[in-house]
Amino acid sequence: MLSIKNLHVKLEEEDKQILKGVDLEVEAGKVHAIMGPNGSGKSTLSYVLSGKDGYEVTEGSATLLGTDLLDMEPEERAAAGLFLAFQYPVEIPGVGNMTFLRTAVNAQRKARGEEEMSAADFLKVVRAKAKDLKIDAEMLKRPVNMGFSGGEKKRNEILQMAMLEPKMCILDETDSGLDVDAMKLVAEGVNALRSEGRGFLVITHYQRLLDHIKPDVVHIMADGRIVKTGGPELALEVENNGYADILAEVA
Amino acid sequence: MARTAEKTNLTDARIAALSIPGRGWSVPAREDAVNRLRAMGLPERRDEYWKYTRPDTLTQVTPEPAAVFENDEAPLFDGMDRVKIVFVDGVFDAEASDDLSLEGVRIERLAEANSDLHWARDLYGTLETNGQTPVARPLAALNTAFATDGILIHVTGAASKPISIVYRHESTTSDVILHHLIKLDAGTELTVLENGPAAARFNKVMEVDVGDGASFHHVRAQGRDHERRAATHVFARLGAESTFKSFTLTVNGVMTRNDCVIELTGDDASAHVAGACVGDGAFHHDDTVFITHDAVNCESRQVFKKVLRNGATGVFQGKILVKAGAQKTDGYQISQSLLLDEDSQFLAKPELEIYADDVACSHGSTSGAIDEDALFYLRSRGVPQAEATDMLTLSFLAEAVEEIEAETLRDEINTRMAAWLGRRRG
Repeated sequence: MLSIKNLHVKLEEEDKQILKGVDLEVEAGKVHAIMGPNGSGKSTLSYVLSGKDGYEVTEGSATLLGTDLLDMEPEERAAAGLFLAFQYPVEIPGVGNMTFLRTAVNAQRKARGEEEMSAADFLKVVRAKAKDLKIDAEMLKRPVNMGFSGGEKKRNEILQMAMLEPKMCILDETDSGLDVDAMKLVAEGVNALRSEGRGFLVITHYQRLLDHIKPDVVHIMADGRIVKTGGPELALEVENNGYADILAEVA
Repeated sequence: MARTAEKTNLTDARIAALSIPGRGWSVPAREDAVNRLRAMGLPERRDEYWKYTRPDTLTQVTPEPAAVFENDEAPLFDGMDRVKIVFVDGVFDAEASDDLSLEGVRIERLAEANSDLHWARDLYGTLETNGQTPVARPLAALNTAFATDGILIHVTGAASKPISIVYRHESTTSDVILHHLIKLDAGTELTVLENGPAAARFNKVMEVDVGDGASFHHVRAQGRDHERRAATHVFARLGAESTFKSFTLTVNGVMTRNDCVIELTGDDASAHVAGACVGDGAFHHDDTVFITHDAVNCESRQVFKKVLRNGATGVFQGKILVKAGAQKTDGYQISQSLLLDEDSQFLAKPELEIYADDVACSHGSTSGAIDEDALFYLRSRGVPQAEATDMLTLSFLAEAVEEIEAETLRDEINTRMAAWLGRRRG
């Protein structure tokens, strides 16, 4: 599904190397988690994959189902099936959440040469999916993320994911700023989307999100590289001993 | 400052090229306006309120020609239940207009009004004259003197539908001066809609006298003809507990100067003035607003948003004057520009002058580029860059559009703006 080979990335504005050779394969139907201390390059990886400005790839490749991601505009990557759930979803005054969602869904359909969704069909689908995530009609009507609590913003991210039906989902610190109940609700939303044809890359500091979204593979990232890969037990090891032991072990 | 010979010559030449139309009740006010105009002189670049906007094409004897903008879309407000009054290059078009009748409202034309219209005789040029101090507005005096037509609206009840004035532009050289008078008796309501380019050069004045407890709503869209020029003035006087709300949408137009002069004269009145404009290339748009608080516990809001690209220029000169004794005044003013490139510019001059000690006045002015984080967020969801930029443009303008009270009108404006932006995208 997602194939990252020897990816090197530096900041465009300054001579600072952030990713120093990342190798990662996420298979369809699997959930991979990336854990790591602050500044290890986890969020940079998510931004580079989704096409944010400000980064320069100096070496390596990233493909989605065999297609080169790094050559595409952000909207093309989205239409190709990539989705990033933001750590800090952006507030957009004056644009209704529903209008935004429908524009996004239909823009992707159009880009793929599919028929656009009618207003009536869209409404039916979005209402059903919103209900599962406990997002009420009022939240759908409001401007995008305006006045949403931290939990509401993250649920709104998952609603977008559910509506856009991506092939590859990247969740960047989706647990940050969430209390236990909100985290459960978000995790349920994610779990409902797990399927044979869909891959997940879950980026997190803490093991607790992985109690709710059970990963198949856990990677530890440090200083711009994946330094250790293992099963779910690796997350528990981090929880119990912190990163220091693992980093010392691989150093 | 010594008055220049150029100013005198310019003013004399312009006056010589015009004549006071007709006889009748308005003549004394018109003659007075000519005298006032001679005394103040037409504006020049060196005048304080014309520093950012070149007045020459608005004051010269012969207007620059302006091509007619061809498009096949239905005119704005077309589907609405309204009383439609059509002017083609400033000439009333009876065939295209509805009957000038509406319950609770008396509608007449300035060019035809007979001498028994005491209210009109008392109002014509009065608010314009008051609005000449402390800042001279010579183009408005010129209008009062030489307006060829206009609509006189006397509201005695709650108007059941809006009066919609449509300004068609068909001649590339038309030079049009119209003057409207609106008087709302105590406790009445009226909505006035205006749309269209009107002429190659358009000079318009609207005097609005809002009685105690009355509400006046005004929504206008200035035509999209690229080469058209317009100098417009709204003069309003607000009685106690009255409401005045005016919104203007401007898309295109090589030169637009919109003055809005409001005096809150009765306690507990409220005045909102808002503008949204989108300019591209040879576009110059100037909003000059002067709100005077001369009563207790009044509220005023100025919300102006301008989106500028390809070297377009936006100007905002907004003033709140709180007179001594106008306690509990709540004044708010915001002017913002969204600059889509580095060639465009926004010039803002906010002014507060306050002589009362128990007031709350705030103002702010910003210029900024498109929010890169928001743009990336939209694109990461699959919205192409151009469409995402348009969404953020509408988002930026939203605060001004929200000043329109009626939801149907708000939706109409939003839908149009989205379509116009989309059309440019092709």
